[in-house]
Amino acid sequence: MKILTLTINDVSHSKAVPPTMTLLDFLRDEVGLTGTKNGCDSGECGCCTVMVGGKPMLSCLMLALDAEGHEVTTIEGIAKGNDLHPVQEAMVEKGAIQCGYCTPAMVINGVHLLDNNDSPTDDEVKECISATVCRCTGYNSIERAIHSAAEKMREKQHG
Amino acid sequence: MVDLTKGYPDKGYKIIGKPVPLMDSRAKVMGQALYTDDIRLHNPLTIKILRSPHASANILSVDVSEALALKGVKGVLTGADFKNTFGVLTISKDEPALARDVVRYEGEPVAAVAAETAEIAARALDLIKVDYALTDGVFDSRKALKPTEHPLHPELGRKNNLHKKVVQEFGDMAQGFEAADVVVEKRFRFASINHAFTEPHATQVEIDNKGNITVYSATQVPHYLHMAMAEVLEIPEHRIRIIKPHLGGGFGGKSDPFPHEMIAAKFALDLGRNVKLKFSREEVFFSHHGRHQTDLTMKLGFSKDKGITALGLDTLIDGGAYGSFGIVTTYYNGVLLQGPYKVPNFRFHVERLYTNKPMCGAMRGHGGVNPRFASEVLLDMACAETGLDPAETRLKMIHKENTLTTNEYRVTSVGLRNGLTEAIRRTNWHDKHDKLPFGKGIGVACGFFISGSALPIHWNKLPASTVRITIDHDGGVTVFSGATDIGQGSDTMLAQMAAEVLGQPLENVKVISADTRTTPVDLGSYSSRVTFMAGNASRNAAIRMRRLLVQAACELMEMIPPKYDRPEPPEDFFRQGGRKPDFEKGFLGANPDYTDGFIFEDGLIRSEKHNASVTFLEAVEKALEQEGILQVSGTYRAPKMGGKFKGSGAGLSPSYSFTAFIVEVTVDPETGFIKVDKATCAHDCGFPLNPLAVNGQIEGCIHMGLGQALMEEMIYDNGATQNPSFLEYKIPSAFEQPEVDIVPTYSDDSEGPFGAKEAGEGILAPIIPAIANAVYDAVGIRLTQLPMRPDRVVAALEREQKGGAKA
Repeated sequence: MKILTLTINDVSHSKAVPPTMTLLDFLRDEVGLTGTKNGCDSGECGCCTVMVGGKPMLSCLMLALDAEGHEVTTIEGIAKGNDLHPVQEAMVEKGAIQCGYCTPAMVINGVHLLDNNDSPTDDEVKECISATVCRCTGYNSIERAIHSAAEKMREKQHG
Repeated sequence: MVDLTKGYPDKGYKIIGKPVPLMDSRAKVMGQALYTDDIRLHNPLTIKILRSPHASANILSVDVSEALALKGVKGVLTGADFKNTFGVLTISKDEPALARDVVRYEGEPVAAVAAETAEIAARALDLIKVDYALTDGVFDSRKALKPTEHPLHPELGRKNNLHKKVVQEFGDMAQGFEAADVVVEKRFRFASINHAFTEPHATQVEIDNKGNITVYSATQVPHYLHMAMAEVLEIPEHRIRIIKPHLGGGFGGKSDPFPHEMIAAKFALDLGRNVKLKFSREEVFFSHHGRHQTDLTMKLGFSKDKGITALGLDTLIDGGAYGSFGIVTTYYNGVLLQGPYKVPNFRFHVERLYTNKPMCGAMRGHGGVNPRFASEVLLDMACAETGLDPAETRLKMIHKENTLTTNEYRVTSVGLRNGLTEAIRRTNWHDKHDKLPFGKGIGVACGFFISGSALPIHWNKLPASTVRITIDHDGGVTVFSGATDIGQGSDTMLAQMAAEVLGQPLENVKVISADTRTTPVDLGSYSSRVTFMAGNASRNAAIRMRRLLVQAACELMEMIPPKYDRPEPPEDFFRQGGRKPDFEKGFLGANPDYTDGFIFEDGLIRSEKHNASVTFLEAVEKALEQEGILQVSGTYRAPKMGGKFKGSGAGLSPSYSFTAFIVEVTVDPETGFIKVDKATCAHDCGFPLNPLAVNGQIEGCIHMGLGQALMEEMIYDNGATQNPSFLEYKIPSAFEQPEVDIVPTYSDDSEGPFGAKEAGEGILAPIIPAIANAVYDAVGIRLTQLPMRPDRVVAALEREQKGGAKA
């Protein structure tokens, strides 16, 4: 067991963890943040995507200890209280959520993209969600949601 | 902002027909929705399952002593611990919770461990010693037909591995083919495919101090699970409560009771401890239950004037090791060809075989998808041979409203002709078909599907769906339904029904669903039954509630309450009373009406005639005075219908959906890659209750159909699964998904709730042949094997020796 110290959604955590524990298991089982999903446990489905140091990472392929000292953002940390992030808002509005199992990862993907690129092209949006499997929506509505969120964020920024 | 209601008639509804985000999407987008594996029970044991490494073997012995002795192991189960087998169909309960004496597929559960931690459970699995004697397996449906002394299921008393054989014939096939201008025939082969839902199977069981259990499970069918579990565990149903938490996709893959659910419940009962279990992705593929591998030969007779004159097919479907929904699949491989066009002479012969592979069962478009591919490709060939336009020909052949099919299905509403006409116009079909440069193509195909099965799979006289509605003293409406929201949005649909009838905003309506303790029985989410059946039940319950409130409002306003012709929606409201419907009389049953001279809106109940009103809340309070609670139920039963021949109930549905696709593709003749550029879809789901949800179903069906068409296949080597992961079992990504154009298409179904029919499954089938027909238009090859992999495209092109010249 080793002591792991990291910040998750602006809250600092310090916990003893076995060296083999993945970040995903740490988030779900040790911290109780079950919004991050485990669809395959082997880096294939992308449902476990979280932000580590501002970058989307597959938390099932990452050891918890490797997140030492980093800032981790999970789906629970995206909305500010009851105020949804524009990507979340657009996902709801555009019907980009059916079963919802990939939704947390798709939101993380979209937020990361728009943080770095306020007017993504179609291909950039497809690229940003292509590491995550969605079996319900056919992706069209997720793409629409991210484009719509980008538009709203641009409007807000440029008044 | 795109107006999703554009193109549909405005019927003056406030909530029905409006694009409504699914009511749980906010919880989902915030990561707050709890799926089965997210539930945290107190101090649960973790269960792991030992699976057979062999596809076919006898179990000589299972030694669990070392596993049991491991510190932290609380229990081990083997096949000897379960007496009763089970299955979703009462007529094929052939699956054990754990294999006993024999294993029939690689990955079959053989033993299970419950331990304090997952690590200990995993270690304990390694300590279980199973002595297997390998036996000759059968891995191919043709071989499974051959005589054998050792069939997979000797209990059937057969000397081969046939599970179910169905032959039905209508009309005169010889005459039908004689009347044809052209007869086309081909053999088609289809790989088995997997649902590939993102949430792996999971179950948790909580036990109370009286030994009653609450089973949280990722299931589409809480009611069937409830019944099966009571039988397997040999305890009464009232000791079991099944709750379906949020569910991460089903598509038919969670519509059976499963061994792991029995195992988890048994451990909880035996050990008196809470337990949890979750599949790895590999286990999901081992468990499978996907679409059957199919080998199908079809012959179509076609006349330029009369359309289809005869259709015959011989089909083998590879069922794998157990029954699942297979008997239904066997029928559906034939009967669902009775639409969308008239088939006057029709014969099908379908056999389902047991093989030593993971079992196949129900998957989106159940049984109808593969034969639809064959019939739509053959129809395209017939059009090519007779020089007819394949889109216009289909348009002419689509069933008319109020038709009886050759096998006596009652087809009522049909809205596809307008939709297909518009699709032809929008895609500039006539400028493109047979006119595009080599490598570019456009294709069309149509489909047809049930809106729920009219007959239950467990024979009983109960309604197909019952919904209970209560109103609290503060006016909050709660809908209780056993219907299972699997991500398709059925909870939202149920709430829309109640909100519309009671004139309440959607957010005033809560839905409690899929909990066998608190919700009335609904048979579950499969065969596209929920909107039609549970939707009608919710609507009917709301109408009864409305009448109570009108009564109370009249008392308050000192008015004489309206006399309803029938004070309640009568039980037999939907019944036709006869075998052959008299369409001329125009009585097909109808939605019970609730125009009673009162308007529910803006928190008021208003009498139109007397220009008087009370608040909704005042009426609620008045209505509560008598009983203290305000509660009603509403039901749905399918009408009595169907022919008087054996098997006439298969595919019988109170209504049918119709779909057309026009697909545009680019085929690279060098690499064989097919790129679907655009899919234009017209789907007649009756009146769309929620265009946002309907469009989501259309786009999702395109994704799944595209996968089966181009890339998805379960690969087995002597029964061993070769690709049990998302790296090896490829599903389409955002890059493969085409541009989608949805043509507003509708009908007004006289029996569907607010005119609605199914929108979840029927859409899937026709996209696949539409792609194949577009590939023919692009490069002149007829692909007859799915998936249409690049190597198959290249091989077919070489065979055709086109060398750049278009056919």
